[in-house]
Amino acid sequence: MLRHAWLVARKDLLVEFRSRTAILSAVVFTILVLLVFNFGRDPTAVAAVDLAPSILWVTFTFAAMLALNRAFHLELENQALDGLLLAPVSRSSIYLGKLIANLAFVATVEAVGLPLFALFFNVRITPVLGPLVLVIALATIGFVAVGTLFSAMTGRTRFAELLLPVLLLPFMLPPLIWAVLATAALLAGRPLSEAGGWLRLLAAFDIVFVTLAFFLFPATVSE
Amino acid sequence: MKILKTGRWITVSGLALLAAVYVRALAFTPVERTQGMAQKIFYIHLPSAIWAEGAMIFVGVASIFFLFLKDARLDRFAEASAEVGLVFCTLVLTTGPIWGKPIWGTWWTWDARLTLTLLLFLMYVGYVLLRGAVTDPGLRARYAAVLGICGMSLVPFVHLSVYMFRTLHPQPIVIKPSAPSLPGEMLTTFLFSFVVFSILYVGFVTQRYALALLRERAEPHA
Amino acid sequence: MLLAEGLRHAYGAVQALDDVSFALQPGQTLAVFGPNGAGKTTLLKVLAGLIRPRAGRAHIEGGRRAVGWIGHQPQLYSQLTVGENLQFWAALYDVPKADFLRREDDLLLRLGLQAYEHKLVRELSRGLVQRVAIARALIHDPRVLLLDEPFTGLDRTAAEEFRQLLAEQAAEGRVTVLVTHNVEEGTELATDVAFMRAGRFVEVAPRAGRDAADIAEAYRRAVSGG
Repeated sequence: MLRHAWLVARKDLLVEFRSRTAILSAVVFTILVLLVFNFGRDPTAVAAVDLAPSILWVTFTFAAMLALNRAFHLELENQALDGLLLAPVSRSSIYLGKLIANLAFVATVEAVGLPLFALFFNVRITPVLGPLVLVIALATIGFVAVGTLFSAMTGRTRFAELLLPVLLLPFMLPPLIWAVLATAALLAGRPLSEAGGWLRLLAAFDIVFVTLAFFLFPATVSE
Repeated sequence: MKILKTGRWITVSGLALLAAVYVRALAFTPVERTQGMAQKIFYIHLPSAIWAEGAMIFVGVASIFFLFLKDARLDRFAEASAEVGLVFCTLVLTTGPIWGKPIWGTWWTWDARLTLTLLLFLMYVGYVLLRGAVTDPGLRARYAAVLGICGMSLVPFVHLSVYMFRTLHPQPIVIKPSAPSLPGEMLTTFLFSFVVFSILYVGFVTQRYALALLRERAEPHA
Repeated sequence: MLLAEGLRHAYGAVQALDDVSFALQPGQTLAVFGPNGAGKTTLLKVLAGLIRPRAGRAHIEGGRRAVGWIGHQPQLYSQLTVGENLQFWAALYDVPKADFLRREDDLLLRLGLQAYEHKLVRELSRGLVQRVAIARALIHDPRVLLLDEPFTGLDRTAAEEFRQLLAEQAAEGRVTVLVTHNVEEGTELATDVAFMRAGRFVEVAPRAGRDAADIAEAYRRAVSGG
């Protein structure tokens, strides 16, 4: 089953790699936001460290939304979803495949964004790199997992592009808030235990919602 | 229609009892020392809050059963509970600031509990919007069930977060691990109000369920 | 091999399938004729397992793995090449690599697609896309073929080649359910013929040597309320 998921993911990534528009716009947006915020603030009035976590997460969130919007769009425009459903693969492996592809997409943007962020905002991330990457990974998994599930549903509704963010908002805010708080704690040099609470929440959120999405996905595609 | 009539009766009695609660609250319950008269709104605020979250849990549970049993009644109940939950949630978000303004000096603050109640509100809105956006009834029921289960699962996280924050919002004094620390008279009034709100919940949901049923019958169906 | 029992399905108030039952053995090809909206596509979807019917059941020996499907949509990724598409679908059906390469070569040759193996599907004409769809449907060597208007967009040579392919498949013991408007093309391949109207099989019988003209006449009679 994992193999089928991997096949689906590979196919998605292949398509994405061919066109490259989505990933490029995500990276460009990230750079844009970082630049704008950097020039827009008064360095004497506002310390970088205060603003930094929020800005970082704004860019990552946008990348995630971009990934999610195109996830099932791909199947719909090619009308290949029926084909996937006809194949002897379990529905959940389709979900898993989409999830992996979306995560890869967002991870790429984050991998580019994080170093740039450290550079532009002159923030020292190396001492806390490990925990920081963990926070980013956990939060990303959280909202991409829920987002992938929801995008399967919204694709076929009216106002699809509008509905997805609206549905996703209450589910994105908790992991986002925890991530911003954890990031802020880490960047400010606070002891690790402070961020620990948020990390545990993020981990719990991920476990619950990935499992939930995994089991609920078949209900969204079968008839 | 019998369900609708039953629902109306329950709601009316609930509202009558609510009036009784307030008579008791205003005339027979002591005024809170630091907060004064503004605190009286607590007797609407807290039961609404409990039911706002409670309704979401009911939506979630009904949704789980619906996905297994495929019984349309469960879907109608979820639909009803969600809309009633939305109403209660709105009530919380309006009574909250009314209570807060005289005491905190501000209508709103981005503290944990308020933010997370707002999140609950957004979930309800999303649920109702999703139902509105799907035309096929079978698909609508399944999608709503999925969303309902996710919504219900988010509620405990929301609660946990609140405990992890030290905030402007009063710490939980009723629903917490140890015994409620509300003084006797107030506790009684609160419990009375909670019972009344439970009655109101049942009344509203029953009526809304009846409406859903009527609407389905009005549409041509195989 | 393929069994349908008392299939019933509806979309809202519209009865798409009304008590449809039949059974097919290896080597049989059932051609289903009917006007638009008669429920032909729904029937195929129920047989394929895409839709669960309100009542009745459909069973195909071998499950989804054994089914090859051609529907209204080609189910190809326009941003990938022909070869990549075939590779993806074959892998999804767990076709071993050696078998895949052999079948791919064979199908590309027979369907005249060799020149297009490395072309993006997006760049192909409608007729070529249909041929690729046929290749996709056959790449995993399905025992049962469910075909919905498969001749759409094919020119004469391609249609002829496809017909031959199908005849070979039947000779090898495949079961085919073919839904089509085109009485001529359908009749030639069919061992059995069914006329469908408003979700019902108005008539289903072996072809028994009738030719396209006979079938067309019978169809006209059956469907116009005779």
